[in-house]
Amino acid sequence: MAKPRKRIVPVLGGALELTVNVAGKGRPLVFLHSAGGFYWDDFLDELSEHYKVYAPHFPGTAPGRPEDIDRLDNLWDTITAYDDMLDALNIKKCRLMGHSFGGMLAAELAAHRPKAIEKLVLIAPIGLWREDAPYTVASWCALDADEIMDALFYDRNHPDVVKRMTPPSSRKAADLWQINFIWTLGCTGKVIWPIPDKGLRKRIHRVSAPTLVVWGENDNLIPPVYATEFAQVLKDAEVCMLPQCGHEPPLEQRPALAARVQSFLAA
Amino acid sequence: MKIACFHLMPYRDLEDDFEKKYKSAWFTLPFSKVADPRKVSQYYNWTLDELTFAAQSGFDGVCTNEHHQNSYGFMVNPNMMGSVLARATRGTDVAIVQMGETAVFLNPPIRVAEEYAMLDSISEGRLVAGFPVGLGGDFSYSYGMAPMEQRGRFYEAHDLIKKAWTATDTFAWNGKYYQLPMVNIWPQPVQKPHPPIWVPGNASPSTWDFVIKNDYSYCFLTYFGAQGAKHMVNGYWDRVEALGRDRNPYRMGFLVPVGVSDSDAAAERDYGKAIEYFYHKGLHLPEHLLAPPGHMTHASLTHLITKRPFPPFEATQQMGYKEFNKRDYGVFGSAKTVTERLLDIVKTLRVGHLMLLPQFGSLSHEQTMENIDRLSKDVLPHLRGVWEGEGWVDHWWPSACAERKQKAA
Repeated sequence: MAKPRKRIVPVLGGALELTVNVAGKGRPLVFLHSAGGFYWDDFLDELSEHYKVYAPHFPGTAPGRPEDIDRLDNLWDTITAYDDMLDALNIKKCRLMGHSFGGMLAAELAAHRPKAIEKLVLIAPIGLWREDAPYTVASWCALDADEIMDALFYDRNHPDVVKRMTPPSSRKAADLWQINFIWTLGCTGKVIWPIPDKGLRKRIHRVSAPTLVVWGENDNLIPPVYATEFAQVLKDAEVCMLPQCGHEPPLEQRPALAARVQSFLAA
Repeated sequence: MKIACFHLMPYRDLEDDFEKKYKSAWFTLPFSKVADPRKVSQYYNWTLDELTFAAQSGFDGVCTNEHHQNSYGFMVNPNMMGSVLARATRGTDVAIVQMGETAVFLNPPIRVAEEYAMLDSISEGRLVAGFPVGLGGDFSYSYGMAPMEQRGRFYEAHDLIKKAWTATDTFAWNGKYYQLPMVNIWPQPVQKPHPPIWVPGNASPSTWDFVIKNDYSYCFLTYFGAQGAKHMVNGYWDRVEALGRDRNPYRMGFLVPVGVSDSDAAAERDYGKAIEYFYHKGLHLPEHLLAPPGHMTHASLTHLITKRPFPPFEATQQMGYKEFNKRDYGVFGSAKTVTERLLDIVKTLRVGHLMLLPQFGSLSHEQTMENIDRLSKDVLPHLRGVWEGEGWVDHWWPSACAERKQKAA
């Protein structure tokens, strides 16, 4: 597995530094992680064989930099920071992908700067609202450990799920793991609390990139009906529903997801 | 020492197997499934009767507080209760202690400046202005604001309210969280420059620093008993000294559930079920709902997880009357026993403002009135003089109450 380099990138006129994980060779692919935090996993690793992957930590979630979140007040700051990041990394055009919380940010960034985005991949993104399919930030923040497993996964015994969700065995590492998990939810929650319906519906028409919307058929956290909803409001979208899959396709259905994403991005 | 009567206004008639049937008594518990509005109507009136009786019987103050969406205590607007109490105690030296209306729950928070000034007017200068940071779940789950904004909003709301109370002219407020073009509240408070400020808390060091730097009085509201509180309260007093303040006991308030009976043995019969109801049902609150992610600073979160200063919240669910009483989660017994144990707590923790909770859990109206009566007659007189002789002045007590007391004497 590749080991990504960390690049520190000043944004917001120097008020904030983003920590960006960079790996691979090829055309740029920007990946925005979910509210669960950043992991360099097999899914990203495989993508880095074909693309140069840039994966920023959401501010406050990079190791050793919890206070970075204080520089960010709201969603507008967030999108401005990621817009600045593209310039700072000298990315003129890129493929953009986001998962869940990161999917919402990716859709916002693609609406904010449509000409820079060649292809967009949204994996179970939040950001839209239907009265018949409500969810809130409390849907993943107000859960105990067991309820989180039910919300996120179709099969909590899937080896990749077990690997990701089992705390480290030493007390010290387990404490740090728990602190990071809670803190990451807090940081990401800051810009979308209490309901991540912040006006994306009014802006999403600006997205010009062909878009792939991916959803697990068994997503218990963000209802799969939103796959259709995103496809309807986007100009050029196709939907990929993954069977036997919850809210974490990169863990539960990696081969199927990777194949579909690779062919979409390459086309 | 000043002794105030505290009330939570709980739902008193939950079913015996309530905590097995519902995941939480807070935030997600549907009112319509467990509560009877006619009973609730009675509880609010009983609560007002109990606090009024405490004021008439010899307590120095009456305390109300704010929480939301739970069966533990639902005075959603303590100022509505405080207003009735201010009127009911007109002409007395009893303090109206609001512990309190939570500014960060309201937008704009000058609503608290206005309501407190109104209460100070109705009570003719007997208001103690409580400034709670607020429970994380109340702020973020019930009232929909991002957990990470709570402390920033608290500090800004505090600055805004104090300025609104003392400004001599209209001003504009351009804050990070609040923007107001014309701040010019009517009325301003009777007490000058403003009513005394008490800050309730649960041992957060950042709240201590805020309290001590501003020279306010701190009230430690803990669920884990006086004995478990000792090392935390010591931390507060260490900080008081480090920041150059004196060891005036009136800088410290402490809350204790309490029950007086004919004998120690009778206390279990009188209060055992009610205190178990309080801890098992009222505090049936899963930890992940208590403080949403982001409520604590990274430093506090790290401290909480690596040092584990509190026992697990769920542990109280396994405890019974005997253990609650033994570990001072509540103080129950004969008047003599209760007096001795409260004196010990007060001296050990250095408490100048003692808050007693004579109604808790399912305790009935009749039992509560009797408890208040016994406390007033048989306990309070033996506690009051505990700091006499040390010469401390309570700078955090409404001056009108002190003056009236002196006049009456």
